[in-house]
Amino acid sequence: MDNYMSFRFKAIAANESLARSVVAAFCVPSNPTLDIINDIKTSISEAVTNCIVHGYGKNTGDIMIEAEIKDDLFSVRVIDYGKGILNIDEALNDFYTTNEEDERSGLGFTIMKTFMDSLEVESVWGAGTTVTMTKNLNA
Amino acid sequence: MVVKTKIKNNNLCIYLEGELDHSVATKLRADIDDYLDRINVRNVVFDMEKLSFMDSTGIGLIMGRYKKLKARNIPIYITKPNTQIDKVLRVSGIYKIIPQI
Repeated sequence: MDNYMSFRFKAIAANESLARSVVAAFCVPSNPTLDIINDIKTSISEAVTNCIVHGYGKNTGDIMIEAEIKDDLFSVRVIDYGKGILNIDEALNDFYTTNEEDERSGLGFTIMKTFMDSLEVESVWGAGTTVTMTKNLNA
Repeated sequence: MVVKTKIKNNNLCIYLEGELDHSVATKLRADIDDYLDRINVRNVVFDMEKLSFMDSTGIGLIMGRYKKLKARNIPIYITKPNTQIDKVLRVSGIYKIIPQI
């Protein structure tokens, strides 16, 4: 099945559950296993948390999610318009966090990398970050 | 997110129910710490049977409690995580210091 969607919402923690539920519901018609749905939900949760905690911090703004399914290949872009990541290499390291006092584990990107088939991070300092992930829904 | 607690034979069991993500972390941490500060027990167990979802926020939260309790020589354990949560826990490597029972 070929399908696409996009939705935009306020970057607040209360919307994390909304984001992962919407993306999971988008994938369901392709009949993925529960494990695959859970991998996607967890990765969306991590990406959206990053936008809220790091992209916007004490400010707020919008998060845009664009998703597409083409021949069982699911791809999703999680976009924020916040402060951006200065050093993406460093941010991708396991346990790297800039927010230790808030007990962030530094495992967000590690989980996205492990749970999805691919992960790409693009950032413009001062303008925002786009995280692109893909996963085969019928692997 | 609901938290219930039970003390039996000097062991504290913390039952987590619902979804553990960034939206509940601050309050959850404060509630658990407030409780832990007021009691003295031999072991602490996080029971996840009724926890339906957890992301890396939960890893930070459990690690934080581990550090606090380690200073008081109180070991902590995890029990009954579902498949999704177990995968997050395994990827984090947390089982090396906090065993699943």
